[in-house]
Amino acid sequence: MTQTITLSWTTICPLDRLEPDRGVAALVDGAQVALFRTPDGLFAIDNRDPVSGAYVLSRGIVGSRGGVPTVASPLHKQVYDLRSGHCLDLPGVAVARHDARCRDGLVEVRLRQEG
Amino acid sequence: MNGGDLVVIGNGMVGQRFVDALRARDPQGRWRVTVLAEEGRPAYDRVRLSAYFDGVSESELNLHTPHDGVRLRLGEPATAIDRVRRVVTTAVGEYRYDMLVLATGSYAFVPPVPGVELPGVFVYRTLDDLAAIRAYAQGRRAGAVIGGGLLGLEAANALRLLGLSTDVVEFAPRLMPVQVDQAGGAMLRRYVDDLGVRTHLGVATTAIRSGPDGGVAALALSDGGAIDAELVVVAAGIRPRDQLARDAGLPLGPRGGVLVDATCRSADERIWAVGECAAVDGTCHGLVAPGYATAEVVADRLVGGAATFPGADTATKLKLLGVDVASFGDAHGTTPGCLDVTFTDPATRVYAKLVLSDDAHTLLGGVLVGDASAYPTLRASVGGPLPAAPLALLAPDGGGADAGALPTTAQVCSCNAVTRGDVDAAIADGCTDVPALKACTRAGTSCGSCVPTLKQLLDAAGVAQSSALCEHFDVSRRELFEIVRVRGIRTFSRLVAEHGRGRGCDICKPVVASILASLGSGHVLDGEQASLQDTNDHFLANLQRDGSYSVVPRIPGGEITPEKLIVIGEVARDFQLYTKITGGQRIDLFGARVEQLPQIWRRLVDAGFESGHAYGKALRTVKSCVGETWCRYGVQDSVGLAIALELRYRGLRAPHKIKSAVSGCARECAEARSKDFGIIATETGWNLYVGGNGGFRPRHADLFATDLSTEALITLIDRFLIYYIRTADRLQRTAGWVEALDGGLDHLRSVIVDDSLGLCAELDAAMARHVATYSDEWRDVLDDPDRLRRYTSFVNAPDVPDPSITFSQERGQPVPAGDSQPARPLPTDGHRRQPVTLGLPEVRR
Repeated sequence: MTQTITLSWTTICPLDRLEPDRGVAALVDGAQVALFRTPDGLFAIDNRDPVSGAYVLSRGIVGSRGGVPTVASPLHKQVYDLRSGHCLDLPGVAVARHDARCRDGLVEVRLRQEG
Repeated sequence: MNGGDLVVIGNGMVGQRFVDALRARDPQGRWRVTVLAEEGRPAYDRVRLSAYFDGVSESELNLHTPHDGVRLRLGEPATAIDRVRRVVTTAVGEYRYDMLVLATGSYAFVPPVPGVELPGVFVYRTLDDLAAIRAYAQGRRAGAVIGGGLLGLEAANALRLLGLSTDVVEFAPRLMPVQVDQAGGAMLRRYVDDLGVRTHLGVATTAIRSGPDGGVAALALSDGGAIDAELVVVAAGIRPRDQLARDAGLPLGPRGGVLVDATCRSADERIWAVGECAAVDGTCHGLVAPGYATAEVVADRLVGGAATFPGADTATKLKLLGVDVASFGDAHGTTPGCLDVTFTDPATRVYAKLVLSDDAHTLLGGVLVGDASAYPTLRASVGGPLPAAPLALLAPDGGGADAGALPTTAQVCSCNAVTRGDVDAAIADGCTDVPALKACTRAGTSCGSCVPTLKQLLDAAGVAQSSALCEHFDVSRRELFEIVRVRGIRTFSRLVAEHGRGRGCDICKPVVASILASLGSGHVLDGEQASLQDTNDHFLANLQRDGSYSVVPRIPGGEITPEKLIVIGEVARDFQLYTKITGGQRIDLFGARVEQLPQIWRRLVDAGFESGHAYGKALRTVKSCVGETWCRYGVQDSVGLAIALELRYRGLRAPHKIKSAVSGCARECAEARSKDFGIIATETGWNLYVGGNGGFRPRHADLFATDLSTEALITLIDRFLIYYIRTADRLQRTAGWVEALDGGLDHLRSVIVDDSLGLCAELDAAMARHVATYSDEWRDVLDDPDRLRRYTSFVNAPDVPDPSITFSQERGQPVPAGDSQPARPLPTDGHRRQPVTLGLPEVRR
């Protein structure tokens, strides 16, 4: 059974503050979130690399694998599906994903807690 | 008898092979083995002896593997055999035997020429001989070799590498008279002439004359001529070492050697002989392959087997002085009625001859000079029908001799005795490319001449060798480089739209970033380029395991003033950074958070530092020793050259990081031969080494050119680097690149020295542009508010330090706190995801 806890939307920054195909780190309700602007849209996932424990996913290279938008951990290059948070290289490994949107030129993020 | 005390006299290549073979067949250790070795070091690869002068270390030549139940007595030669008491005597003691194996090898034949005992006259047999030659060559300029056979030419190359002018005196009318015919010898001589080695054929040395210092000074020749020679190597042939057997009353062969039958057993049923000291049915064999065969025969016999000597395979394939030479089967055409088919091309300097049976249907033997690529197929076909029409077989590219036609027993790699069957088995086990085959079979890891054959065998096995970079590009890095260069593409988006698919990934994006940087496309963080960079290049610092970065300012050549040292110390203290001297003579400052980087650079840049590019696939460091400025032994200004080179190549992006070093003398304190390019000073110039690697698979650099002026040196390095940058695979080091080049170092020489591809002007121009447009990446960021905006911890809280980066103290300095890292702060009820148990992370290449 999956329980999803959602919090309210938090305004992060103007959209033009995000470079295309690159990530930034943001603090949302005390949590570190990696936020990405790609041609497929905005994506937000936990900034913590679940393999190394370091808070670095926002600094990974953005791209695609088989049409899926991805980011590669900058530490040991495991690739994550930006839409689902699933690691495409290590079965069973995933990173939490969050909601991201752009309203009136401002980027907003809402944390999701899945269990 | 099938066990007991076994004594082996000799620990050369064959002696060692015998012990290995016996141990493999006698795992219970029924034979208690004692090996008596004359030399102070265990068995080494004597076939590759000359590689010692090319920078290959003693340990790389080592062939010895310790075995349980084998006693190795180094430096303890046998002095007598008592066949009645069954005891071998040494200077130290006696060893009783139930069986005795003689593996005493051969000695260099020294003709009884007057003066042969003078200081400065050497033979070429052992590592000690080579060390003595090297030491004696110091400060001398003229050398000569007596003997123009295989060993003589190797010795000539060694003298050349030691910087001596070199003459070769050969009694026969051609070089390598045993292996090569008259026409092949003539072609070989043209190559040798080009190397500046002078040959004197059909003449004998009548006397060796001394000079004022009592050492050798000249050779007198039978034609009345004379040669200046301060160092002489005698390589006039070998003789079996059979004195022990002779003294023990054992029968010998007609031309010496312990007479043994096809089982390698002597007239005494308890004594066997293997290798070059054995006269098998009366004939001695001076090659390692028949020697190994005798070792296997005796090992088999000692465990009750019935092996017999299969006959000597005298085929040889060599790379002498950079020239391919091969000879196999009845190379001299001594079979009655045989026919010759020959091919001579003076332009490409290729000579090939096939010896055929009188009906022209059966291959009997042949000679190849200049291009031996057809050797594996031809050699394996001896005694059978021709695998193709003779002219097709002799085509210079070996086009008619595809490796796919090889029998499984054919030896693909003669250096490491790897057969086609071994390679096919490795392919069946999952090897899908040449590097995997090299790692799995050792084929191609020595001289590299069989690498093209390995590729053919992969093709023959139906293994498609993809050169695709990743799922987004079907081409290799090299092809991508050409596309970007020729079409003038300057953005990733256009490149992937026109020549690829998808959105790119962490493999192709940094490759394209590097290509764009190499082609002079502005700052690495300009515009769209920023999104292509690996995090190191993106933040111009080195990402460390805890998410912090390290900063390495450039210290060219490793030379630094006290004032600058103090600045680094102050910066480290003020930002509480961990400091460490790196392996490349730089100072690494660890533990900086993203938002601290510009502040740290500001302090460093103001003090005159610049980016050391320690984050990039770029030139990292040029190390140096202190050279002649301070050192008692230095012969040139190694610091000055290292600084000049580091400043010239700073910022140069490449397929892999590049390191260099300059040593001021042959003592090599800067370890230049473990670098991508290394320079060692000589009294008359600089020696350039390329393709070394101190990384995962250490490799000594190859000597590329000698006694260069500083200007000539820099020109060669310029071209070497640009050619590498343009043509190497992704993440391919110079070491792997040089090894993978078809034609290896010779190809490289032809391209960047002889300009065989007409590329040199372009390579020179590319480097000139790099040098002219260099600007410090740190300063460029500090001068640009847009770029500076990237250096924040959180986009919505730029001044909040990343709370996950914390430190503890170790040996008085901060280090990552490790397990005490704070958990991710949780927003509300502390609900947490379950920890995930992981295997080892997969590391993709």
